[in-house]
Amino acid sequence: MIHFHLDARSGVPTYIQLVDQVRRATRNGTLHAGDRLPTAREVVAALAINPNTVLKAYTQLESEGLVISRPGLGTFIAQGIPAPLAPALQRQLRRGLDSWIRSAAAAGLDREGMLALINLAVDEKDKKGEHVA
Amino acid sequence: MSVALNATGLGKRYGNRWALRDCSLRVPAGRITGLVGPNGAGKTTLLRMAVGLIKPTAGEISVFGWSPTEQPALVLARVGFVPQDRPLYRRFTVGEILQLGRHLNPRWDQAAAVARLARLEIALNRKVGQLSGGQQAQVSLALALGKRPDLLLLDEPLSNLDPLARREFLRALVEVVAADGLSVILSSHIVAELERVCDHLVILNGGRVQVVGDIDELVAHHKLLIAPRLDPALIDGDATVVQATHTDRQSAMLVKVGSRPVRPDWEVHDVSLEEVVLAYLGNPGAATLPAPALEKVG
Repeated sequence: MIHFHLDARSGVPTYIQLVDQVRRATRNGTLHAGDRLPTAREVVAALAINPNTVLKAYTQLESEGLVISRPGLGTFIAQGIPAPLAPALQRQLRRGLDSWIRSAAAAGLDREGMLALINLAVDEKDKKGEHVA
Repeated sequence: MSVALNATGLGKRYGNRWALRDCSLRVPAGRITGLVGPNGAGKTTLLRMAVGLIKPTAGEISVFGWSPTEQPALVLARVGFVPQDRPLYRRFTVGEILQLGRHLNPRWDQAAAVARLARLEIALNRKVGQLSGGQQAQVSLALALGKRPDLLLLDEPLSNLDPLARREFLRALVEVVAADGLSVILSSHIVAELERVCDHLVILNGGRVQVVGDIDELVAHHKLLIAPRLDPALIDGDATVVQATHTDRQSAMLVKVGSRPVRPDWEVHDVSLEEVVLAYLGNPGAATLPAPALEKVG
């Protein structure tokens, strides 16, 4: 079961934070096809947030095809979602990133500088039509 | 949209001062609506008119379609009201408070009220005066919910509560809404906490309605623009400036975005609900009202 948390300072609307967390959890393999999401009441009790916010997040996830709601049973991760990255491949990408971060830090870049550079690179790839989802 | 509370041209005058004026708004049912505004904005006046404690000087107010002053029995059977400062008899025990609620309310749900307080570990034999502020707030909430209202009105329910007690109070509130689907209107100064709990917002300022809308939409439709110093009148597109501040080099403007995009050489930042609320409160001339409410004014 996924454990939601909220960042009050992020400025990101609560329902979008919930949507993002489910998306991330399916991508990194924490949630699998068929897993049940907590009910609105469970999320409300845990986070003290408006029940409609939870429903809005789940509706959005459903419209994206990531979850399926079965009335009376709950909301479940849909079948056929993209498989999470294999752990070996994830470790390999991570090693490449770690060494890049070391070089960037050695060159004097701080966290924001690194993120800006990564965003720029991804944006430019996007523009060239090499789609980065 | 099912409507819990509807006000049209509503006003209340004390002597020659209007506590509330030209107030037209609709509060949707099944939602938690935050009522925000500085002291003296008219929040308490509006809530007290909703339960018939004050008679309007002008205009009309209805709750689920009924008039609180002309059909008080119909309104009061469906509305729970927790006034400011949570007045409770301090020398009563918690159990005696519940007994009072049972005698005064035909739809009283004793079992639910007892279970609610048991979950919070508030013993029925404790004297109200010996409870902490947070526990007194919970007893007030249990008393208001015991009559099984369809609309719950809370006037400054978070005042004088420490952060933990505030969180516990709001948690109890949203759990009831999740279970029973009732409508709630709560007034507060504490915007950060409202953002989690409320999905609809009404801003009152100087006795007038300034903003009405869904919180997600209000936040999504307002942005902070940073541009080289300029006159806000020169702003491109159809954005509306709510608040503008200038340094000698730059202008920062909190705007309500229109349908056209802003100029690409300007920085655009997302804003929090608190920033939106503060911008409006600091600029009483700005307003964001849904079209139907605007039509009814005047």
